[in-house]
Amino acid sequence: MTTGSLTAGRARFRLPRRQIPVLATLVLLLVMYGIGVSQYQAFSNVQVIFNVFIDNGFLLVVAIGMTFVILTGGIDLSVGSVVAMTAMVSAWLLQEGLPAALVLVIALLIGPTLGLLMGCAIHFFEIQPFIVTLAGMFFARGMCTFISGSSIPITDGFWTRMSQERIGDPRGNFVSISVLIAFVVVAVAAYVLAYTRLGRNVYAIGGNPQSALLMGLPVGRTRIAVYTISGLCSAIGGILLSFYTLSGAPLIAVGMELDVIAAVVIGGTVLTGGSGYVFGTVLGVLVLGVIQTLITFDGSLNSWWTKIVIGGLLFAFILLQRLIGIRYK
Amino acid sequence: MTDSRPVLTMTGISKSFPGVRALHDVNFRLFPGEVHALMGENGAGKSTLIKVLTGVYDTDEGTITLDGEPVSFSGPMQATAAGVSTVFQEVNLCTNLSVAENIFIGREPRRLGAVHWGEVRRRARALLARLDLDLDVSAPLGSYSLAIQQMVAIARAIDIKARVLILDEPTSSLDAGEVAQLFRIMRQLRDEGIAILFVTHFLDQVYEIADRITVLRNGGLVGEYLTAELPQLSLVEKMIGKELDVLEGIEEHSRRDLAALEEGTPLVAVSNFGRGGAVEPFSLTIHAGEVVGLAGLLGSGRTEVARLLFGADRTDGGQVAVDGTASSLRTPAQAIDHGIGFCSENRRAEGIVADLSVRENMILAMQAARGWLRPVPRRRQDELVDKYVKALNIRPADPEVPVRNLSGGNQQKVLLARWLITEPRLLILDEPTRGIDIGAKTEIQKLVTQLSDGGMAVLFISAELEEVLRLSHKVAVMRDRQMVAQLANDDTLDADRIMQTIASGSHREEADR
Repeated sequence: MTTGSLTAGRARFRLPRRQIPVLATLVLLLVMYGIGVSQYQAFSNVQVIFNVFIDNGFLLVVAIGMTFVILTGGIDLSVGSVVAMTAMVSAWLLQEGLPAALVLVIALLIGPTLGLLMGCAIHFFEIQPFIVTLAGMFFARGMCTFISGSSIPITDGFWTRMSQERIGDPRGNFVSISVLIAFVVVAVAAYVLAYTRLGRNVYAIGGNPQSALLMGLPVGRTRIAVYTISGLCSAIGGILLSFYTLSGAPLIAVGMELDVIAAVVIGGTVLTGGSGYVFGTVLGVLVLGVIQTLITFDGSLNSWWTKIVIGGLLFAFILLQRLIGIRYK
Repeated sequence: MTDSRPVLTMTGISKSFPGVRALHDVNFRLFPGEVHALMGENGAGKSTLIKVLTGVYDTDEGTITLDGEPVSFSGPMQATAAGVSTVFQEVNLCTNLSVAENIFIGREPRRLGAVHWGEVRRRARALLARLDLDLDVSAPLGSYSLAIQQMVAIARAIDIKARVLILDEPTSSLDAGEVAQLFRIMRQLRDEGIAILFVTHFLDQVYEIADRITVLRNGGLVGEYLTAELPQLSLVEKMIGKELDVLEGIEEHSRRDLAALEEGTPLVAVSNFGRGGAVEPFSLTIHAGEVVGLAGLLGSGRTEVARLLFGADRTDGGQVAVDGTASSLRTPAQAIDHGIGFCSENRRAEGIVADLSVRENMILAMQAARGWLRPVPRRRQDELVDKYVKALNIRPADPEVPVRNLSGGNQQKVLLARWLITEPRLLILDEPTRGIDIGAKTEIQKLVTQLSDGGMAVLFISAELEEVLRLSHKVAVMRDRQMVAQLANDDTLDADRIMQTIASGSHREEADR
């Protein structure tokens, strides 16, 4: 092949720039884990890591949905409320005596339906995702209190079984079923993003929506799809949360959307869209979980330190993204 | 070129927008295996014709046939599917995706529903090899130069069994070597029987590559010609619809006595102006009635100099004197107070407010100077706007049309008018003629000479050395963010000498004349 002067224009940066944020998160996670292990003997117990997953399984699922949205350059503020509403509706319907299977189906339909409606509003009326999902957030939160002003306990057999079932190794380490469900969601999401047209369109739209349109990609359909996916993930997250707490409460998961966004961004997904991985989001959620665990282990620190550390990390990671963006643009 | 039937014909195409008749009864044919240049000034209707062809716009009247069959595309995607692919001036690809993915996204080869990445890469490599390009198809597109990205866009376009390839100003951001590369690919595709519609502003390129030329003017068809039978001068005359002697007049005009101008107090004198990371400290004096040209390559710091002088960026140090009195230029407001106007090179982002009318756009700077509490009376507005619409020959001559509907050249004139209305003493023009056609270019150049005759000082920034030479009394040369020389525009100065100065960067040897 005659290449002539063209090779002069060859890619100069051989560093995997898109992977840098994820690698940074991985390093951070390992450092934090290292600190934990060196400070506290019990930290090296495998169950510590498992507990991080158990406590944050629902957060992980919701964060996966958010990853889709943020990859297109959008944002979904409704997730926390949708999680609460799903848990609330499940608790209420179970209390009313509906069979568990039917309750599951209904609960899993609410989130995606709301997501679909928000996606349509964003696409057809060209409204900012921020505003549309803010409206969705207030709506879903309002529905929670509309159902009941106070917490509804869940006593259903299926729910309690899901809550208490432990899957473990002979040495006594275990995870909950929620964790397995979360892993399935992660695996499916990773496959969709890497190997399906829907997934690739998500990246294209995040990269440059105008170009995506001119390349003939179904921009509108994809946009609506990501909010629906986020709604579905929130619904699954809501179910997992109700497994975890065995109740539905109107004021649960308040502000969770912000934790979720923080996890996604710390996981290396760029807020303007087009770059990021599901694996990064898993790491992001783990970082949040490990910070929490470290602070719990310390015992003397106020739990608000979690927020302060997350705030600092978030800022650091956004700065990192910006620097990478500047250097390579 | 072949004598076979045209692959594409457009007959009697008309298209109007509110207040603007963009196309009127235009015919166009395209034969397989030819490069057909579509020429015309800005606003002649080239872009509209392409958008009508690819289905971005509906036609008001007229028919389009592809291979003899009447067609009407609903959008670029459908046009592409039918074999009519377009590569736009701006590369419309996703820089965050890999080269291979950019070529195939939307129609990736799949296996069991999953994207078959191995196949995507294999086919991308094969396709690029056909275009003689050796790229790492897995690398993100953003890591390659704009020229390469442009060629990847072409690779994407031709993969879809394209029979018609539309290239809308593909060369405007490429350097000479890259253009040659592009032309090689165009010739190759032409020889494979693809019909190429090529839009460009560069006349030399047309004569280098095009077999046939269609000329549009003011939305109407002027004619279709074989390139070999149409001398360059006739082409320009057909494009602007008048004789070309105006340019000659300007040439005579500018070579006046610099010494006479430079007597007395300079209007603006800056010394040691500079900004870390943007431009090294420089000194420059501008006298009333003087046109100072600023020459240099793209990115050499020309715009940065302009922004410092206008206070859009703050200087790190140095002094400035206006009319001989020490002063400061730290904000645009101060600069405007001193009578400095600045026409930005980036007219879309920093100049024109697309949704406002021609009148509103023109009045903006004047209104800002008066303060918002003292509105300009409507009658005065109309007077002023009317005057400048006439003086600058702005088309359409309706001041209430949204600026968005005007062509690039006319938008530029509106922007000029905005500053002229404020009657500045120093007008900074950053690339006022870039991307506009020869007719509007000539008018703007003429205007600059008139203004300077009237006593206005002008800082004229342009990448075209001929233009700088034609207009300026003195030329400041930028190189690598340094002002390396200031050359008096006497008989000894020519484009070659400026070029040498740019190239060699002879440090300040010739500075201070």
